[in-house]
Order: sequence, then C-alpha cells, then structure tokens
Amino acid sequence: MIEMPVIDQAKCNGCGLCISVCSCQALVLVGNVVTAVETTDCGWCTLCEAVCPTGAIRCLYEIVIEE
Amino acid sequence: MFCLCAAPERGDIILDNMAVEVEFLKSIPYFAGFSPAELDSIGKRIFEKVVARGEIILFEGEPARELYFVVSGVVKVFKTSAEGKEQILQLIRPGESFNDVPVFGGGSNLASAEAMGPVVLYGIRKSDLEIMLRDYPRLAQNVIQVLSQRIEHLVSLVEDLSFRHVTGRLAKILLEYAGDKSGERHWLTQQDMAAMAGTAREMIGRSLKFLEEEGVVRLERHRIVIKDKKALKEMAGMAD
Repeated sequence: MIEMPVIDQAKCNGCGLCISVCSCQALVLVGNVVTAVETTDCGWCTLCEAVCPTGAIRCLYEIVIEE
Repeated sequence: MFCLCAAPERGDIILDNMAVEVEFLKSIPYFAGFSPAELDSIGKRIFEKVVARGEIILFEGEPARELYFVVSGVVKVFKTSAEGKEQILQLIRPGESFNDVPVFGGGSNLASAEAMGPVVLYGIRKSDLEIMLRDYPRLAQNVIQVLSQRIEHLVSLVEDLSFRHVTGRLAKILLEYAGDKSGERHWLTQQDMAAMAGTAREMIGRSLKFLEEEGVVRLERHRIVIKDKKALKEMAGMAD
C-alpha cells in the first residue's frame, strides 16, 4: 500500500484546486469529491494540502529518529 | 460582452458567456456592491488570459502593466534571492487578485507569479484601471480594503521572518513528536506544525528545508527523519 494524502471527503467542496496543482495526476474528482489514486509518482510536494481552501487534505509526515 | 482592449497576446481569449462573467465579478472584493449595469461596463475593460502549469505570468522587476484576478486554478506569488532561494509570499486562489500594489504605485512588479496548474485569469491594464477608478469612487473604497488586507498579511509574514524563531520551535515539535522505541508513531502535517509553532505554513516549509540543508533532518516521502538529534536539541534550546 502506498501512503497518499488523506482526504476528508466531508470537508471537500469539489473545487478541484488540488487537482489543478498536482503534477502527478494523483488526485481525481469522483462524484464531486476528490479522491487520491495510489501512485509512486506522488513525491509529497504537499501543494494539494497548501491550496485546499477547506483544509480537507492532509499530507501527513511520520517523524522518526534515525537509528 | 467582455472584450480584448489591446492586441491579443498568446493565451488571451475573448469571453462569450456574460452571465458567468458578471457572477464572477460580483464575487471579487474589488467589485463588491456594484450593480449589474456597472459590472457590464467594467467587463468591457477586462481581458482573459489562459496560462499553462509552470508558466511565469509576471517577472519581478519588469514594469507593472496589469493586475490580475484568478478565475480558476492557483497562482504562486514569490520572490527569489540572488542565490536562487524562493520565498512564497502568497498563493492566490480564485476570486483573489495579484500585482495590485505596483500597478497602483506606478513601479515595477514586486514579485514574480507562476501558474501552479492550468490557470484562467481576468486582467485589467493599468490605463483602464485608472479610468475605472475615476468613474467609480466605490471601486477606490473597495481597493483600499483589499490593499489593507494585503498589508496585514505581509506584516504578519515580516513578523515571522524577523522576530520569531520558527526553526527553534519546529525543532522542539519534531523532538516531541518523534517516534520512540516503544513503537509509538506520530503523524503531523505541515499545517499542524504551523499551528503548533504559531506561524504560517509557508514558514514551516522554509524551516524544514533549512534543517535539511544543515544536515539535521532528512525529508523523505511522508517521513521526517531526524539525523542529528543533538543538533536539533541545541536548535530547540533543550539541554541534554
């Protein structure tokens, strides 16, 4: 399973701004709600999160200490 | 019907759907409170520009000739240092404007602007704007409000850049939320970190890049790996 941005579908207003800034086609509109498509092309640029006007997208980072 | 007020440039398109245009103009703070007839008249001085992802709309330092409203898509307004470092000033979303200050001030573009995806813009040329300001005093009032908000945003950014030790606070957050040997895992977004540090999201991105350049952390896809815990503790002002 590939980690992808987490989308709160209840918050998504279907504006499509995230899709417009995503350079790897990892986001698609399904029934007026954005859904993430699993792809290794997603480089975690987090632009989708930055432009979302409703805070529906979360690009989570796990914080770890190198052994 | 909107029209092109000068020779069409690449990407400029003549508009053909008046109802949509007026509805959009009504949603722009610049034109709040205008009647449909006034918006119709204003529309005659507006041109449309379609821009592809990655295209530079404005270059910093060039004469400011037009201000733009974003109809769809997102525009990044940024400054670049002599070393090539980029500082994002603002992400402009639909309904918002950019390049207002130099157009009103009569100087050159204060920052560059780039389309972050396919973008549709409405533009007004400086000369047309001057006519509109003369014809519609209400427009001047609206512009003052827009510019006041712009100044508030920039002052807040200046405050962050000048006085707040964002990197130190971010270092502390990273140490607090780093997974421990018990297997506990913590997940945070840049927005979460910004809220915790009491700063803008852009500042977190900038600070993470700084920490990576210093060799203290490594940014991986959805992971922040702390490479040098001791150095991070020092930055956080935490004693061993």
